[in-house]
Amino acid sequence: MKWDPLARKGLTGRLPEAWRQPLAVVGGVIAIVWLVVALAAPVLAPHDPLAQDLPRLAAPGPGHWFGTDQLGRDILSRVMHGARVSIPLTLMLVALSVLVGGLLGACAGYFGRWVDETIMRVADLVFAFPTVILAMVVAAALGASLTNAVLAVLVVAWPAYARVTRGLVLGVREREFVLSGRLLGFSAWRSLRVDVLPNVTGPVLVLATLDIGTALLLLSGLSFLGLGAKPPSPEWGAMVASGVEVFDSWWVATFPGLAILTVVLAFNFLGDTLRDALDPRTARAIKERAL
Amino acid sequence: MTLLAIDDLVVEHRSPGRPIVRAVAGASLAVGPGEVVGLVGESGCGKSTLARAVCGLNPVTEGSITFDGQPVTPLGLRKRKLTGIQMVFQDPYASLNPRRRVGDQIADGLRTSGDTATAPADLLERVGLPRDFAGRHPHEFSGGQRQRIAIARALAARPRLLIGDEPISALDASAQSQVATLMRDLAVDSGAGLLFISHDLSVVRLIADRIAVMYLGKIVEVGNTAEVWANPRHPYTQALLRAIPKPDGLGVLPAELPGDVPDPAHPPRGCRFNPRCPLVMDICRDKEPDFGPVACWLHEPAT
Repeated sequence: MKWDPLARKGLTGRLPEAWRQPLAVVGGVIAIVWLVVALAAPVLAPHDPLAQDLPRLAAPGPGHWFGTDQLGRDILSRVMHGARVSIPLTLMLVALSVLVGGLLGACAGYFGRWVDETIMRVADLVFAFPTVILAMVVAAALGASLTNAVLAVLVVAWPAYARVTRGLVLGVREREFVLSGRLLGFSAWRSLRVDVLPNVTGPVLVLATLDIGTALLLLSGLSFLGLGAKPPSPEWGAMVASGVEVFDSWWVATFPGLAILTVVLAFNFLGDTLRDALDPRTARAIKERAL
Repeated sequence: MTLLAIDDLVVEHRSPGRPIVRAVAGASLAVGPGEVVGLVGESGCGKSTLARAVCGLNPVTEGSITFDGQPVTPLGLRKRKLTGIQMVFQDPYASLNPRRRVGDQIADGLRTSGDTATAPADLLERVGLPRDFAGRHPHEFSGGQRQRIAIARALAARPRLLIGDEPISALDASAQSQVATLMRDLAVDSGAGLLFISHDLSVVRLIADRIAVMYLGKIVEVGNTAEVWANPRHPYTQALLRAIPKPDGLGVLPAELPGDVPDPAHPPRGCRFNPRCPLVMDICRDKEPDFGPVACWLHEPAT
């Protein structure tokens, strides 16, 4: 049979093999652990993340395995509760970026002309700024809060999805099944919804999975700079920032930093796996070049 | 009474930085209701462009296409009202949406015609496929089966004109004549006209009432199938017929037509076929034969 990128055997057909790669296993295990921690933090955490009832700046040891911070709060509990702040917000952020960028990009690609020009020029405008700087500017302009940090990252994150979606839509819209639908009297919206969008979602979702790590970095970066979460909130970026103030007590900054590292790593591994599973040709090419 | 009238149609492909290509350079053709017209010619002669123009997929540069007395409007972003023309495309792997069940795709056609009495499975049966295929996805089917499904979807819209743009050229030899005959029978049964495009004269002969031969954007000969087959008059038609292999066991190889199709961006002066024509005369290099049904100076109609 002719190779057809659109005729995939469903995700289930290709994933099992990809999931056996060591990186996929590592990424999957870490991600699951973090999801469980996020869900069950109130049960799992040994202390109240906000209570200041432990000795201050105690080194890691029995009773407080990750040590305590300068206010006598248990860092392990704070890192665990931090997962409840960072992970859902990151996922929501990426979902919003996909939605906004995907829809705008799909419209640009499908309708063309001035719709395309307008949307893509705005996207170029955003691309022209360094991501972090622009996010900082937006967050600072909106005022420091976690919601505003999410909005700021959304502003800088959607153009990537718009570009990818637009390119894919341009390729699909001239395909014969789309033309057939139009000849049957589909409206432009129906054609876009029924024939075009379902055939571009795969690659966009891979990009989204790869992007979860970046989004988390950016979001906690803003908190680190004081533009996101406010002090008592156990947000990882903010915790690293407070750890910088007490540099000799290495545990204060290290453990929330490790939390960020592992989550980003896990989602990058998962994204790579998903990409390889969906596009075996690229995966094979990469492997051959590596050998 | 003609259903589709193509009159002096010119379709040009313009792309920036390249010369304008006249893919269709003044072609006229008519299809009546219930009539099967076969359009044949080599690759690159403009057959597909002509078919796409009839559906409104390629803009018309000059000339006109009328369907049922109304000009065919180009397919824009608006919802298409003109659903009386349906098309079956060449590539069976691109003509069905890979993400939707084939039954749903056939149901789209039924919705177009407002037919609530027919089920998608009924149409699958009519194209010779089991009823329970409706719940499957396109990747489960072979090229021939996909093309049958595409035909079912097009027919569900109850078109008055069905266009096949090389619908069999991507299929196995065994499936080719089956699918072609099926298309003919279903179109004729429903009273629709059929414009069947192919480069395979021997299949077209089986199904077409009339044959039109196209060369480099022009229709060089039109005639009754039996007549054209028995007595081809244009040298190009003669060459095409000689190029069909004969399974008669005599081991005679088909005659080759020398040369290639010229670049449509720079067609030769005079008759378009003159550089390859074995019977070329002086007038052929000078003046284009602008008449029918046989556009050849050897067959100039008496005035």
